[in-house]
Amino acid sequence: MSSNSNLTSMRRIVEQLKFEANVERIKVSQAAAELQQYCLQNASKDALLVGVPTGSNPFRDPRSCALL
Amino acid sequence: MGEMEQLRKEAESLKDEITAARKAVNDASLQDTVSGTAVVGRVQLKTRKTLRGHLAKIYAMHWSTDSKLCVSASQDGKLIVWDSHTTNKVNAIPLKSSWVMTCAYAPSGNMVACGGLDNMCSIYNLKAKDGNVKVMRELAAHTGYLSCCRFLSDSEIITSSGDCTCVLWDIETGTQKTVFAGHLGDCMSLAVSPDFKTFISGACDSTAKLWDIREGQCRQTFGGHESDINAIAFFPNGNAVITGSDDATCKLYDLRADQELITYQDSSIMCGVTSIAPSLSGRLILAGYDDFNCNIWDSLKSERVGVLAGHDNRVSCIGVTADGMACCTGSWDSFLKIWN
Repeated sequence: MSSNSNLTSMRRIVEQLKFEANVERIKVSQAAAELQQYCLQNASKDALLVGVPTGSNPFRDPRSCALL
Repeated sequence: MGEMEQLRKEAESLKDEITAARKAVNDASLQDTVSGTAVVGRVQLKTRKTLRGHLAKIYAMHWSTDSKLCVSASQDGKLIVWDSHTTNKVNAIPLKSSWVMTCAYAPSGNMVACGGLDNMCSIYNLKAKDGNVKVMRELAAHTGYLSCCRFLSDSEIITSSGDCTCVLWDIETGTQKTVFAGHLGDCMSLAVSPDFKTFISGACDSTAKLWDIREGQCRQTFGGHESDINAIAFFPNGNAVITGSDDATCKLYDLRADQELITYQDSSIMCGVTSIAPSLSGRLILAGYDDFNCNIWDSLKSERVGVLAGHDNRVSCIGVTADGMACCTGSWDSFLKIWN
């Protein structure tokens, strides 16, 4: 019956909310600092951020050299 | 008071509890924390390759873990596997249903998958002994369109659907292992965590949910968007999630602080976000929009630092290679472009 299934759904929603309420949370200042730290630590490896030297860019065809 | 009314009150009080708990750890904003860091300089990426071959709108693309091959899906009814270095087509796979909305490359490189308005996820074996690519499995059970799919391995794949659920499938047997129910609107996108233990889904109910794959449980729900979430991705360290929405904004949610840390928006941007991908370090967020462009955001300073302009129609999909060397945009203009 639909009233029973509504009740079941609502019970499930309440159980889920209880679960989500009990999640352990760290401070935003710590979370933000760690995100920043990750970005800064990995910046040098981030090609889109620091650029790729032409010679080592697999998506660019190497220029031909003229041999004198 | 009837049980229904009691439960409704309990639900409201729990929601208030969650709001209060999030506020209690909100001791400083991301802006405060990064105030000493300078904004990234202007990012100017150039189109290095254009992948031509599809005859209709491209709806999805996904890089192989080798950072060279990629697969794209178009409503011309084809999946194309490209060698992005040479622009050669490695495979052109004709689909039974041309109404494809998503595609995925298995981490091993052995398979690709796709699905769409046929409500099914079709798995293709790229490495069959006779050299012919054919359907290996058709995963059917969703009662709505397939919006996204991502392989965990050659034997397991996760799908998201317009039927409001996500499903973990056993590819061998073609059966559902776990159904992840809880969203109140079409699930539009999903992303798997770097450690493969959790995944996140974005839906038309404007929320993003974090799911424990083995427990089958939703661990956290993130709200704040004012419209459908179309795109979702993990921040590279797995501790945060970025979303793109029809409300014209992108947001970053931290999983351990259980809340939104920042919104990426600009009053001049009034169209929906279709796709999103972080750069390797997470410092840049590339987001595709309905206005044919892709904006590049400084993820920490929340400023727009670049634009990828080059498509003649909506940017429908975007992906950054695993090695961070390039990003690929796919568009309704039928082309894919590789940028770095």
